[in-house]
Amino acid sequence: MAWKEGIVLQPYLPLLLMFVLAAGFAVFSVTAAPYIGPRRYNRAKLDAYECGIEPSPQPVVGGGRMPVAYYLTAMLFILFDIEMVFLYPFAVKADDLGLFGLVEIVLFIVSVGFAYAYVWRRGGLDWN
Amino acid sequence: MTEHVAQATGIASWAWLLIAFPALGATILLLAGKKARGWGHLLGSATVIASFAVGLATFLDAVGRSPEERVRELHLFSWIPVQALQVDFGLRLDPLSLVFVLLITGVGSLIHIYSIGYMAHDQEHRVGKANEERSRFFAYLNLFVSAMLILVLGNGFVTLYFGWEGVGLASYLLIAFYQHRPAAATAAKKAFLMNRVGDLGLAIAIFIMFNRLGTTQYTEVFSRAGEFTQPELLAIALLLLLGACGKSGQFPLQAWLPDAMEGPTPVSALIHAATMVTAGVYLIARSNPIYNLTPDGRLGVVIIGTITLLIGCIVGCAYDDFKKVLAYSTVSQIGYMILAVGLGPIGYALGIMHLLTHGFFKAGLFLGAGSVMHGMNDEGNIRKMGGLRKHMPITFVTWTLGYLALIGFPFLSGYYSKDAIIEAAFSQEGWRAWVFGGAALLGAGLTAFYMTRLFLLVFMGEERWKKLKSADGRDYHPHESPLTMTVPMIILAIGSVAVGFLLSKGNTLATWLEPALGELQEGGHGPIPHEIVGWLVLALSALGALTAYLIHGRKSVAVERPLKVAFPIRAARNDLYANAINEAIFARPGTWLTRALVFVDNKGVDGVVLGSAALLQGSSSRLRRMQTGFVRSYALSMLVGSVIVMAALILVRF
Amino acid sequence: MISFLAQPGGLDALQAPEIDYWAMAPLLIVLGAACVGVLVEAFLAKPQRWPVQVILTVLTFAFAGLTLGLRLTKDPKGLTTVAGALSIDRPALFLWGTLLALGFGAMLMIADRSVEPGGSFVASAAIRPGTIQDRAQAGQHGMQTEVFPLALFALAGMMTFVAANDLLTMFIALEVMSLPLYLMCGLARRRRLISQEAALKYFLLGAFASAFFLYGLALLYGYAQSVKLADIAEATGGTDRSDTLLYAGFGLLLVGLLFKASVGPFHTWTPDVYQGAPTPVTAFMGACTKVAAFGAILRVLQVAFKASSWEWEYVLWAVAIVSMAIGAILGITQTDVKRMIAYSSIAHAGFLLLGSIALNHDGLSSTLFYLLTYGFTTLAAFGVVSLVRNADGEATHLSQWAGLAKRSPLVAAVFSFLLLALAGIPLTSGFIGKFVVFRAALAEGMGPLVVVALIASAVAAFFYLRVIVLMYFSEPAADGPAVSVPGAFTTAAITLGVVVTLLLGVLPGFALDWAGAAGFVF
Repeated sequence: MAWKEGIVLQPYLPLLLMFVLAAGFAVFSVTAAPYIGPRRYNRAKLDAYECGIEPSPQPVVGGGRMPVAYYLTAMLFILFDIEMVFLYPFAVKADDLGLFGLVEIVLFIVSVGFAYAYVWRRGGLDWN
Repeated sequence: MTEHVAQATGIASWAWLLIAFPALGATILLLAGKKARGWGHLLGSATVIASFAVGLATFLDAVGRSPEERVRELHLFSWIPVQALQVDFGLRLDPLSLVFVLLITGVGSLIHIYSIGYMAHDQEHRVGKANEERSRFFAYLNLFVSAMLILVLGNGFVTLYFGWEGVGLASYLLIAFYQHRPAAATAAKKAFLMNRVGDLGLAIAIFIMFNRLGTTQYTEVFSRAGEFTQPELLAIALLLLLGACGKSGQFPLQAWLPDAMEGPTPVSALIHAATMVTAGVYLIARSNPIYNLTPDGRLGVVIIGTITLLIGCIVGCAYDDFKKVLAYSTVSQIGYMILAVGLGPIGYALGIMHLLTHGFFKAGLFLGAGSVMHGMNDEGNIRKMGGLRKHMPITFVTWTLGYLALIGFPFLSGYYSKDAIIEAAFSQEGWRAWVFGGAALLGAGLTAFYMTRLFLLVFMGEERWKKLKSADGRDYHPHESPLTMTVPMIILAIGSVAVGFLLSKGNTLATWLEPALGELQEGGHGPIPHEIVGWLVLALSALGALTAYLIHGRKSVAVERPLKVAFPIRAARNDLYANAINEAIFARPGTWLTRALVFVDNKGVDGVVLGSAALLQGSSSRLRRMQTGFVRSYALSMLVGSVIVMAALILVRF
Repeated sequence: MISFLAQPGGLDALQAPEIDYWAMAPLLIVLGAACVGVLVEAFLAKPQRWPVQVILTVLTFAFAGLTLGLRLTKDPKGLTTVAGALSIDRPALFLWGTLLALGFGAMLMIADRSVEPGGSFVASAAIRPGTIQDRAQAGQHGMQTEVFPLALFALAGMMTFVAANDLLTMFIALEVMSLPLYLMCGLARRRRLISQEAALKYFLLGAFASAFFLYGLALLYGYAQSVKLADIAEATGGTDRSDTLLYAGFGLLLVGLLFKASVGPFHTWTPDVYQGAPTPVTAFMGACTKVAAFGAILRVLQVAFKASSWEWEYVLWAVAIVSMAIGAILGITQTDVKRMIAYSSIAHAGFLLLGSIALNHDGLSSTLFYLLTYGFTTLAAFGVVSLVRNADGEATHLSQWAGLAKRSPLVAAVFSFLLLALAGIPLTSGFIGKFVVFRAALAEGMGPLVVVALIASAVAAFFYLRVIVLMYFSEPAADGPAVSVPGAFTTAAITLGVVVTLLLGVLPGFALDWAGAAGFVF
């Protein structure tokens, strides 16, 4: 019985190892950084999250909202991120799919390119 | 039953023009709008007259053929030509439909001509507006005529349904013609709602036919009527009857018809007296192969007809409004027709016969009423009239002939047609003869009573209007109407006198209708011999007229409606002995019965109809509050709906 | 280890799917044109965009229609392609044709710049309503021409939706069709606030409904181990698996679909969104979304769940009754023309559901036919609504329509005709549509439901007639709206709708033949 279960679970062992590795790396990096990194403080460093969003409440004029440009960038990021998600399985199976797969994936990238062109021309990438 | 149906050729193949002319007229007039001010009424009348000419030619063509060749169909096009679902749009030119064509286009032409004069000024006396209103009025009238012709000429139930909806729409538009009067709007709404109830019955009946036979063409349905089971036949018969009740103002859907008198008088004459309201009679007569197979269904028809004819007569005695009395008279006369067609093979032709004679004299009576009101500043209250015979001689004579025809004065139209129905009602077996025959007989007496009362109050007696002013403050100056109005009245009066004799002489009409309705059978020998029935009818009518004369003809009539107590007291003072008897025998029970019926009519039936309308309206405004505009409540309602759907889906398995 | 990750057991035999590009041509053309439309927006200067987009749109519909026509002459039964993800069968082709024709009509109205100077769409949608910038842009005549590619994307989504042969494709199509619509709702030039409100409401509720759909999909996958409709049908046919999963999944899936079709208790978004959206977009939604949603409902019910119909039939009976009742009763008290048509669409959704539950060939063909008739009538009706305007834009309050016939008899006559068609009066397409649907339902033993439907249509006819009476009999209000003289585009759209409504009322045979040509292929 135990032997049988071992067979079933075996494929997931590498996955588990990946998790352990990733977690270990994260813990190591966060723990190690304060000790080995240089310490030069400035204003931006002291902001929350270090990523440009001011926590509310904000001045009355702005209305306490985050700049809309932030969402735009976030959405674009997700879009291209998802493109990557699609590219990965293709890369794995590229040999099986041959020319057909190549054409399809190029079409896919081109169609994402249309959106990219629109965003670029309409100033979605200008950060002011 | 096999039917011989030939394809229409020759003149008859042009029969589609019958419908096309008025339809074209309506389209042009509606689209032209204001531009038709100058010529709208002329075009509107011309199309109907053209239609009449085509109808006459088709009719004469049919007369020239042998009876077997008189049933013809004109295939126009395949409306729904899909395998399992064949609906053809075609015309059925048979004796029954041709008779209707002549009635509709003939009386229709006269009423169109009459309307030229009648509608020359509108109710508010806005002269500038009148022409525009008038051309719109003619557009609707044209629309009605074409729809009515489709109704009677269609060769299948779906085509009939099309016409049925069409006349309903036209009637609705015309009742509401004086839109600025709230009463007209309410009356139109009521007519619409009650008609929809009837339409529903007709629609369901058609679906039952379709489901069983896969067709609704008359030829197919009638030749295969035997395939229905008995319950199906009964259901179809009663549902068709429901349709007929809605359209023809029969019990329990009769209340819209008197209210429909809010429309212009020519409309009352054409639609709500002569043609549209008889569509129910047509429907039942047309469906005779179905009714022949279901005696129970026929009994239902007879019961409805009898109840309606009594209600109509009794309530007719109570009203003081000229047109409303005539309207209840129409209700009751259609009751006679429904009674007749409900009797089956012994009555179909009689019902159609009464329908034709009634078409003439009732249209004439309404036109006369219109003429009187036209001359009396649109006053409708008969208590404010009186003595008008001197001021409107033509109207007086024509109206009197119509009135005599209606009460069945010997040798005028009504005498032939109504007596025949009463005799047929008496020729049934057992209790039916006594109940239905007796009711029809009683109805004849009551009819004579209320019509004589109307006659006396309007045309005889003292001129009560001299001391009064009309609602808008003017004096009354009764005057004879223009020629466009009197000529149609004269023609209709001649019809009222002669049509009955012509149609019944040698059973002309019954023989003519045989190809469509089957042979007119002799009824059995009822409890009373036919001759005696005839004499009884005459005697009761005379008694009714005499009573009316005794009550209303010999004394002054109060302008205001007498109060409960005042009326019998004054009557007693005037002529104690005779009137006391009248009072005891007729007036008091009559008054009570009348009051009760009027009450039921206004409160009961109206209550149900308007109540259901109010219910819908109320639940609508209540439900409307659920549409709050908040997304959260929308999402909640979706969630609740989903939970219910899911629960039902999962629970249904246990 | 790497090779192990790359090959999770069993999937190694991945084959390139067969794709029949010719069969998919109409869909691909619309999608491609939408992409080109995006490029036009990106690279052309503002003044050039509108004419180029219009030309592009016309060409798109011409070619898509052409390829569809060629397709119809071949292949009598249809095929599945893309590894069975799309089923291009006769019903799909019929629905594609309907969608293309209706979409074209709606696009004409979208392109119109004469009724509302500059078009019905705002110049810059991102500006907050009520601000100074917003008031400044009200005077401008530009418009967001992005609406063209958006509409084409939505249309492509709809075309995929009705041809989708598995639930996952259907879900993707649902999103492709919905997302552009949410956006388009918020683009009205006038009354920006209510327009944006409509867009947001539609988006929130639509996302809610999509979640239902997706959850249902997941449960059904759990039940059948497949998302293909045919596999689900097979699984319902003979397994001893717990059918709680099946019915829970089916119910959730259905809620998602019924939402899109604005049926029954899932209709709440309809009046608000119809009212707020720019009228051409409302026409597009009213006509095309209804077609797409019911196309999908038909396919799902007939292909996947036919075998289990006796379990869920009565639940859908109830939904249809609720929908008809809500539409008919609530329609009575509406005072806004667009909301009134919205409630009418809810009642019509009930009638359509009637045909969809009749799981036979007649049910399919009659529902397809009804969709065709309803789409054109609605399209033209909204076209007329866009014409009646005053200084503030469209005058949609019913009191403003009083006496319209006196000022413009033609517009009043056309609108009356369309209302009669919605009411189902004979010689209009509405009558034939109702007739065939009711007949199909009756043949399936749904007598009581047909009676309810007849009553509902009787009640609904009342509020249609009320508008007619209002237009013809009431005295016009002193400061009432004027009727704009429509430009060529809107005229063409309205004419298209009216002509088809009349044609299908008088000679419905050919369309009924098309609709009944063949069944689903899966």
